[in-house]
Amino acid sequence: MPIVTVERKILEKNDDVAAQNRKIFHENSLFVINLLSSPGSGKTSLLEKTIKELNDSLKIGVVEGDVQTDNDAQRIAKFDVPVVQIVTNGGCHLEAKLVQNALENFELSDLDLLVIENVGNLVCPANYDLGETKKIVMVSTTEGDDKPAKYPSMFRVSDVMIINKIDLLPYVDFDVNTVQKHALLINPDLTIIELSCKTGEGFEGWIKWLQSNLE
Amino acid sequence: MSIAESILNIVDEYMINENGRHLKEVAVEIGELVAVVPDSLTFCYEVLIEDTPYKDSKLDITIIPLTGTCTDCNQSFKIKNYEFICTHCQSTKLEIQGGQELRITHLEVD
Repeated sequence: MPIVTVERKILEKNDDVAAQNRKIFHENSLFVINLLSSPGSGKTSLLEKTIKELNDSLKIGVVEGDVQTDNDAQRIAKFDVPVVQIVTNGGCHLEAKLVQNALENFELSDLDLLVIENVGNLVCPANYDLGETKKIVMVSTTEGDDKPAKYPSMFRVSDVMIINKIDLLPYVDFDVNTVQKHALLINPDLTIIELSCKTGEGFEGWIKWLQSNLE
Repeated sequence: MSIAESILNIVDEYMINENGRHLKEVAVEIGELVAVVPDSLTFCYEVLIEDTPYKDSKLDITIIPLTGTCTDCNQSFKIKNYEFICTHCQSTKLEIQGGQELRITHLEVD
């Protein structure tokens, strides 16, 4: 039977657009984070508190990705920062092209930090490069402590793992050591930050990480 | 679903030059580390090809195991349980050799 040789990456188009985004970010000296987690881990809460802490010293822009509603964008808009909502209408991840389209709504040269809050999902977003500088994956103590073991791909591609809701540790069966151990076996270079967006405990570690990367 | 769509977009580019030949099979490699479930991908592919000239075609998925080479001791080995640690010297400095693929290798037509 005749064979037609292809030998091409299935997501090459996304990779190409991600490379264009990366170039745009670089030209504007913009530090861009892709924030990833399951639904309900606290991505938007992390953003709200980060903006509160840094809004005086940094120009922050936000891209909100959600399957439906602009609820998260409304939460962020209260802080008077530029925010663009992408509604994926069922799509379970953001793609580089969607982010590129959203960039038209920002004065990129005015910004220091752009946060892309991805759709809550630990599977598909791992495959889609958006052109970001760093990927931040978040887990929370109200989830299973086997998240890294169950979703190794996401933890392998991420640069930082945030463990959120540590104020609830006395009430849940979440073993921080188990998560750390698994995550570091998958990705020995992973930076791990434990914090609570609610009480602020450990939050200075996150702010410090951001500031050292923004220098 | 969008991975299945991307596959078909690439298939279109090639089949347009095949002058009325029929697509029988799309050979795809998926690395063990890639977050794609083969059964889901096959399901999405089958949904998308209904009512298209490719409706009789099949997706042939090969899973590529996760393998690495230790940059400290130069040994190559299979990475088991997603533990990125050298099985010979316990170093964590590994280069991934296989397991990150997400590509179309070839099409079979008749």
